[in-house]
Amino acid sequence: MLVEDMMVKDVHTLKETDPIERALRLMKEKKIRHIPVVDGEKRVIGIVTDRDIRSAVPSVFYSREHEEVFQMTVKSIMKRDVITVHPLDFVEDAAVVLFENRIGCLPVVKENRLVGIITQTDVLEAFIQLVGANQPGSRIEVRVPNRAGMLHEVAGLIREHHVNIHSVLAYPDKKGSDDKILVFRLGTMNPRPIADKIREKGFAVLWPVPPEMKS
Amino acid sequence: MKDRAVFVYSDRLLAYKFHDHHPFNQKRVFLTLDLLKHCGAIGEEQIVPPRMATEEELRLVHDQTYIEAVRKAGEGRLSEEEGESFGLGTEDTPMFPNMHEAASWIVGGTLTAADAVMGGAGIHAFHPGGGLHHGFPGKASGFCIYNDCAIAIKYVREKYGAKVLYVDTDAHHGDGVQWTFYDDPNVCTVSFHETGRYLFPGTGSVYERGVGKGYGYSFNIPLDAFTEDESWLYAYRKVIMEIADFFRPDVLITQNGADAHYFDPLTHLHASTAIYREIPKLAHEIAHRYCGGRWIALGGGGYDIWRVVPRAWSFLWLEMAGLPSPAGPLPKGWVEKWQKHAPVPLPAQWDDDRSAFPVIPRKKEIEEKNRQTVERILSMIGRQK
Repeated sequence: MLVEDMMVKDVHTLKETDPIERALRLMKEKKIRHIPVVDGEKRVIGIVTDRDIRSAVPSVFYSREHEEVFQMTVKSIMKRDVITVHPLDFVEDAAVVLFENRIGCLPVVKENRLVGIITQTDVLEAFIQLVGANQPGSRIEVRVPNRAGMLHEVAGLIREHHVNIHSVLAYPDKKGSDDKILVFRLGTMNPRPIADKIREKGFAVLWPVPPEMKS
Repeated sequence: MKDRAVFVYSDRLLAYKFHDHHPFNQKRVFLTLDLLKHCGAIGEEQIVPPRMATEEELRLVHDQTYIEAVRKAGEGRLSEEEGESFGLGTEDTPMFPNMHEAASWIVGGTLTAADAVMGGAGIHAFHPGGGLHHGFPGKASGFCIYNDCAIAIKYVREKYGAKVLYVDTDAHHGDGVQWTFYDDPNVCTVSFHETGRYLFPGTGSVYERGVGKGYGYSFNIPLDAFTEDESWLYAYRKVIMEIADFFRPDVLITQNGADAHYFDPLTHLHASTAIYREIPKLAHEIAHRYCGGRWIALGGGGYDIWRVVPRAWSFLWLEMAGLPSPAGPLPKGWVEKWQKHAPVPLPAQWDDDRSAFPVIPRKKEIEEKNRQTVERILSMIGRQK
């Protein structure tokens, strides 16, 4: 999944000479929290977030006394040296950049021009699609040793039942364990026979639990 | 109240059978009827045979190419590869001889029930062989070939112009019906089910609310795994009357899957027979309060066909027919007749002994979670985006 698949292409932008008031209005109207500031060539020269604005404008109790603040330029509060990504970067890499820099959004830049924006929300949506339950299916969770070929073995047992796999996740078991957890979404209403078969082969099936242990 | 009620049944409905080891087993319908007969709770004049749905009626919901594929599959002329894109020949819906006809009888039974109810005031109808809510327009899913619920709703809409309230209490989300009417403000779908986080089909979150003109007419109440009677009934009672009052339907269609029971092998809800006493009472009340009595009840899931389904569906019929709700021991004759065929000890009583069920350690958390879900739904009723 690439950034260009998930990014918002219709980006709202500001010029550095725009008044803060305009930024504020844009955020309210469009329900957005980040606005890139661009020059005439669509090059990203800064970014304004709702937090920058909130710290710049007077408290609601004093807003009439300092109306001149709303007319100051965006340039005076924007952050420079903006971290950006490329449309062909992987969404998971964009997620790492967001997470490590503790920021909420990344302008997407191609050949020095702004072509989109990707936010935490878009990354979350990608996550939803990846684990996605958008086709009718049941869930099976299996704990396997952290060795080559385990996914192949479990998937082979599923194949014997002629059941389609909608999605697979593999992630490390809780801390202190060397095992891996495999999560499958399977195109069947009755995953129990498959779960039984996987158990027979000696793997720990975490879900569905066997009927006698249903509590 | 003593109401005119019909029970749709003939042995033809038992032909909907994938194979001997498949969990979906219509013998449960026969066991239910036999239990009612042993109670003296049903007369021959109340039993109405189904008709077979026509292809035109199937097309109210299903694609022509899909219907043809089902027909070919039933004649042994559909290859495995061809079947796959239609969900046919899978572990859930294997191909079997004459499956098109078998499924058409089920749909016809539901239409028979619909015509009985829409034709005369105050009539209720129960078709326990129906309720196959997972079927999609072009694909079989979750043991369901044709979606009789969705077809009947379309049929009632077109033929009688009625506003339909569809209430689904199967442990699985009523996805096929929901998606068919997702953009239709004249059909309100309500599904109570085990959360899709683990259980098939995975959908049915509170945020699935409809699209376009249909926004606000799709309701989902996903309940946590291991939910027990009190919490289940709390959700049902709190939500269902509010929705009925908001929507003001002309006819009520209920899908009465009986798989939320602790004994059910396919799901993880922990209800007892207590919920199956209560579900039809409120449905009955809604039918009379808003729909001039028009109530079509269908079957659905239910995979413990010996210990759960016959009692659950008998409660439904007894309520519908205005007969007193039974308590105490089950008719001895019925238990003796079937015990030798059953792989498990049959229950002796109408009600479960709840003390024999395991204690749920997370009970408090589950109840809290379900309460939150209910609050969220209540705040959504009648609200636009």
